[in-house]
Amino acid sequence: MSAVSITPAAGSPESSSQAGAAERAQPRRHRWYRQPALMAGLAIVGLILFLVIAAPIFTSYNPDAQNLNATLQGVSAHHLLGTDQEGRDTWTRLLYGGRTDLRIAFIAVLFPFCLGTILGSLAGYFGGWVDLVIMRLVDIVVAFPFFVLIIALVFVLGPGERSIYVAITLVGWVSYARIVRGEILVAKRQEYVLAAQSGGLSNLRIIGRHLLPNVITQAIIYAMSDIVQDILAIVTLSYLGLGIQPPAPDWGTMISDGQNFLTTHWQLTTIPGVAVVITGLGLSLIGDGLADLLRPGQ
Amino acid sequence: MGERSVSQSLLQVTDLRVEIASRRGIVRAVDGVSLEIPAGEAVGLVGESGSGKSMTLRAMLGVLPSEARITGGQVMLDGVDLVQLGHAELNKIRGTKIAMIFQEPMSALNPVMRVGHQIAEGPQVHLGMNRAQSAERALELMRRVGIPDPERRFRSFPHEFSGGMRQRVMIAIALSCEPSVILCDEPTTALDVTIQDQILRLLARLCGESGTSLVFVTHDLPVVAQLCHQLAVMYAGQIVERGNVQDVLTQPWHPYTLGLVRSAPDVDHPRSSLVAIPGSPPSLINPPAGCRFNPRCKFAEQDCLVTDPPLRLVAAGRATACLHHDRCLEALRTEGADL
Repeated sequence: MSAVSITPAAGSPESSSQAGAAERAQPRRHRWYRQPALMAGLAIVGLILFLVIAAPIFTSYNPDAQNLNATLQGVSAHHLLGTDQEGRDTWTRLLYGGRTDLRIAFIAVLFPFCLGTILGSLAGYFGGWVDLVIMRLVDIVVAFPFFVLIIALVFVLGPGERSIYVAITLVGWVSYARIVRGEILVAKRQEYVLAAQSGGLSNLRIIGRHLLPNVITQAIIYAMSDIVQDILAIVTLSYLGLGIQPPAPDWGTMISDGQNFLTTHWQLTTIPGVAVVITGLGLSLIGDGLADLLRPGQ
Repeated sequence: MGERSVSQSLLQVTDLRVEIASRRGIVRAVDGVSLEIPAGEAVGLVGESGSGKSMTLRAMLGVLPSEARITGGQVMLDGVDLVQLGHAELNKIRGTKIAMIFQEPMSALNPVMRVGHQIAEGPQVHLGMNRAQSAERALELMRRVGIPDPERRFRSFPHEFSGGMRQRVMIAIALSCEPSVILCDEPTTALDVTIQDQILRLLARLCGESGTSLVFVTHDLPVVAQLCHQLAVMYAGQIVERGNVQDVLTQPWHPYTLGLVRSAPDVDHPRSSLVAIPGSPPSLINPPAGCRFNPRCKFAEQDCLVTDPPLRLVAAGRATACLHHDRCLEALRTEGADL
């Protein structure tokens, strides 16, 4: 460990303060496991991912199998978290529901990430009318509240997974575009960009190979908190009946179905709600930890 | 080949003009600069900060900041006017025929890209090499510029290099596609003196070997004397004197050059006192009428306040913009020959 951190310092007797900062940042990279927020977040999200991916190991029930002889049961050895109004095992539906929601959330965050990064870097690098057009589009989208626009779009497009992707992409790209544009505006003034231009590299190559690797960190950090928002959006849409369609298991549908039995069987609503909160907490902790880890190294 | 006095000029800059739009008005940063760079020779371009040296270089490559634009003139390289070329054609020439080395080797290298890949990128893009070929080329270049243990250093990041080593990497990048001319923007200013000397020798040796011309921007006169054949002195966006480097430095024919020479310390011939040039450089938004140096010139006469003197040839290979350049010679004779 110490050998690794000493080598670069020994190799640069005449390094400036800037180089010094970069060298001090070097050992930080090896200390990522000392970030309590990051570790806690990784533990929580890792556990949840393990549970939902390996769901068949933890339950022998089919999430959609109804058993009308065993509806609305309490906690028992057969049904760890009881059953719902159609006799489906709540623990099983929780695991398989998490599968659906997390899968859609992780995929849904990729589209706006890519679209926003591309448009943001074009706006930041070229400036002028490109910047003007893209940032006015951003202003238009930002003028609407996130959930209102998502719900309206899914309502128009029709319920279902595909509509969720389209809606989240159309609404979510603006944050990435703003972040990346701001970072590129600063980075493109750096001398290495001038050097790349003087070397006859094309603009797209300069953006893709030289600028983006320097600025993408901020967008990745934001993506972590964006996943939380996407999970909330998916759960909200399903709660409203616009998202995942029954009988496919999903936390939002579970919450809205359990609502009718809130006074007698509160666990039907509370358990998926708590699952959403814990997942969100874990992802937010990862985002915070990453931010702490990556920012000083820049 | 650099010894021939009538060597063919490789790069010819004619009446180059650059204007920068600022809030207080239009800054004429480069105002009618003409330069000839013969094949295989090193031409120095000196002047104080803000005299337009760097802007001239950046205009030659077409990499001006967004507020600046070329408003006139030609940059002829191999019979092609770079000013008129479109972006795509210019990109084929940048790096392959004309390359640039920057002042700050810390910031001119991409911090998150391995240095080997940065050197290999030019050959990959311009010479159509594949990954293995370009990596081989990068290793060879690293060896040529004197980077020890290139196989290991290939995968290092710039922050793991010292300033001198980074400038060697910059030189390797500049040489990677064998350009016929390299523009250097104060490449040794950020380095300490011993490293500076190594880098200058390396640059001179490599360019001598390959017959590459150099345009060397600096405000460091000893560096120019060590490296360059020709010298052009810039003041307020214009070239005020041009000629063989020894002639210009020992017998300046422009009061500004005289001032520069007298204000530079010289270890070999220590002078009793260094003489600063009085005043400060003029505003390039509203340059003074007549000769731009006249407010700071002790030889200024009535005609200096009226005519903007053009650069004119006064002897073989020597040009000056001073109307009274004989005064400089007189001053040298009377005020001591300690130059």
